[in-house]
Amino acid sequence: MTTLEVVTLAVPSVVILTGALGTVLSKNLVHAVFWLALTLVSTAGLFVRLSAGFMAGAQVLLYAGGVITLMIFGVMLTTRIEGGPIRHDSRNVVRGAFIACAVAALLFLQILRAPLPTPASVPATSAADLGHAFLTDFILPFEALSVLLVAAMVGAIVLARKVDA
Amino acid sequence: MSDLNEVQACLLVAALLFAIGVFGLLTRRNAVGILLSVELMANAVNINLIAFSRHFGGPTAQVFALFAIALTVAEVAVGLALVILISRTWRTIDADQAHDLSG
Repeated sequence: MTTLEVVTLAVPSVVILTGALGTVLSKNLVHAVFWLALTLVSTAGLFVRLSAGFMAGAQVLLYAGGVITLMIFGVMLTTRIEGGPIRHDSRNVVRGAFIACAVAALLFLQILRAPLPTPASVPATSAADLGHAFLTDFILPFEALSVLLVAAMVGAIVLARKVDA
Repeated sequence: MSDLNEVQACLLVAALLFAIGVFGLLTRRNAVGILLSVELMANAVNINLIAFSRHFGGPTAQVFALFAIALTVAEVAVGLALVILISRTWRTIDADQAHDLSG
């Protein structure tokens, strides 16, 4: 890799990990949501670097747009219902850190050992290729996904609505 | 380590991100905080899929990642609805306090 390639890979990676640490360590849950937004947006940057432009767009629209908004609503609604300040602190930090380090070590060991075939010099996947794949090879999962999304939205509304009487 | 290619670098970043998500999942008391950590772990999976799509070419990996993103959005919607329901029922969203089902 050239220096430019290393830098364009390292900068989003560092921002992603900083945002992730902020998400799990922040004392304030609203701040944690914004740290998560930083992670998700810089992930879109990493996707652009990996020549997946459409995925970067979908990431920003769905995650940074949809999920973050939902999360903010979730934090605010649960604060209001509870009436008092919600507890933000963590528990079992030492044991959690130990398990997280074990998971990371296990994954690192396998990633560094795994033989990777030499990269195929294929052109980057365009949005047109993706659309073609969705409407030919993956048409059945695609339709099933739309049914699942409707079911999830109806389920969320049924769960969260106020029941009178 | 000097001949680390970009796929391996992305996999290592994703592994770290996943481990941070595991840490948050285990240590957060607040149910919304737990959902945030699950988001981090799902994001690590997407990074892996896109890295492999860069390595091997073809649209399949990106199709998988798009499915994963859509499923995560559905999961967040239902998860937050459950959190709101729990906070309304038990007046708390502390995951340690919601233990009515544990025998």
